[in-house]
Amino acid sequence: MITLENVTVQFDQRRVLDAISVTLTERRIGIVGANGSGKSTFVRLLNGLQTATTGTVRVDDFDAAKDGRKLRRHVGFVFQNPDNQIVYPVVAEDLAFGLKSLKLPQHEVDRRIDDMLARYDMTAFRNHPSHLLSGGQKQLLAISGVLVMDPRYIIFDEPTTLLDLRNRNRVERAIAGLDQTVITVSHDLDLIAGYDRVLVFDRGRIVMDDLPAHALAHYRGMMA
Amino acid sequence: MIAGLYIAGHSALHRVAAGGKILALMVLGTGVFLIADWPVLAAVLMVVLVLYPLSGFGWHILWVQARPMIWLLVLFFAVQLWLNDWQAGLVVVLRLAAIVLFAALVTLTTKTSALLAALERAMGPLRRLGVNPQKVSLAFSLVLRFIPVIAQVASEIRDAQRARGLDKSILALIVPLIIRTLKMADDVADAIDARSFDAD
Repeated sequence: MITLENVTVQFDQRRVLDAISVTLTERRIGIVGANGSGKSTFVRLLNGLQTATTGTVRVDDFDAAKDGRKLRRHVGFVFQNPDNQIVYPVVAEDLAFGLKSLKLPQHEVDRRIDDMLARYDMTAFRNHPSHLLSGGQKQLLAISGVLVMDPRYIIFDEPTTLLDLRNRNRVERAIAGLDQTVITVSHDLDLIAGYDRVLVFDRGRIVMDDLPAHALAHYRGMMA
Repeated sequence: MIAGLYIAGHSALHRVAAGGKILALMVLGTGVFLIADWPVLAAVLMVVLVLYPLSGFGWHILWVQARPMIWLLVLFFAVQLWLNDWQAGLVVVLRLAAIVLFAALVTLTTKTSALLAALERAMGPLRRLGVNPQKVSLAFSLVLRFIPVIAQVASEIRDAQRARGLDKSILALIVPLIIRTLKMADDVADAIDARSFDAD
């Protein structure tokens, strides 16, 4: 369970999030809002990439203000541009990167990497240079790099924005197949139309919090 | 071009530990400067060249490694020819070729992660001086990873500026490249944090 109580985030004089209080328990949660509405800052709070100026953020037993490192293992984060998330030049080596912090035995590291590559039909790319993958493969590698850590929650920050339709569908299927709780920020409304709950952000506040049909209709009305 | 040099294989050189290969490179890199006799240096270079097919690499791969330095070798030879004589030119060219081609062979037969792990181990004693080997190793991996990415960004910017008729302006390339690279650096730092990088 994720709980935010009266959370405010302020950068200099600009209030990016304003007194947000919300509890999230659903398995699929979508987040929409215009650029600059505070939605990315909101999800960055959930794995400790951003700290709250005031208020508390709790994810299960972790307090984001005190347990940043543990929280980041508990809550994975997939960014919009996979090129910024892949840090090793070879596919298998990038998957091993996050696992270093878990200090697992080598056979367990190898097993997790093999399983992850097989899951997304990327076994043949094990020793492939990561910069030579297609956009969709890079996004799947970025997702795999998070999944291999076995987090309880995964946040996707606009995961399909840079992809063509085929790769967008591939990533959508990958997200749909996850056992973890998923929180997706997206301008791609079809991606989150089947979710359990959607939050609509506007000027740092949650202005709608409902089932997707209602929340997305409200958002479309706002953007008309 | 640098990233992803490793080519999987099962040769004896592939099986040698990364630390051993780095040590051999250091020995070769130092040793060739103790040799001033061009026929001996030519023999050293021959040994390096023979290691390519023995490691399962064809002449094409050898040529890909050698091609970027050909003009540099020609230049060095010409300078030595002008200042000294052709033997001195050969000595410089053979030394450089042997070192570069052996270094390329090391990267072709060794995974980046193994090289970086060896680097981390070698830097272990420097912890007492405040050096963090994990951070240095990560910095090296990021350099290898992002050279092709930044080259791609530069190519995109060059195309965009060409479309605006600014293809002769260095500033029109450099300024957006620096801005995008700095923004990318911020995003990469976030991603490294998000992936639980633990340098301690």
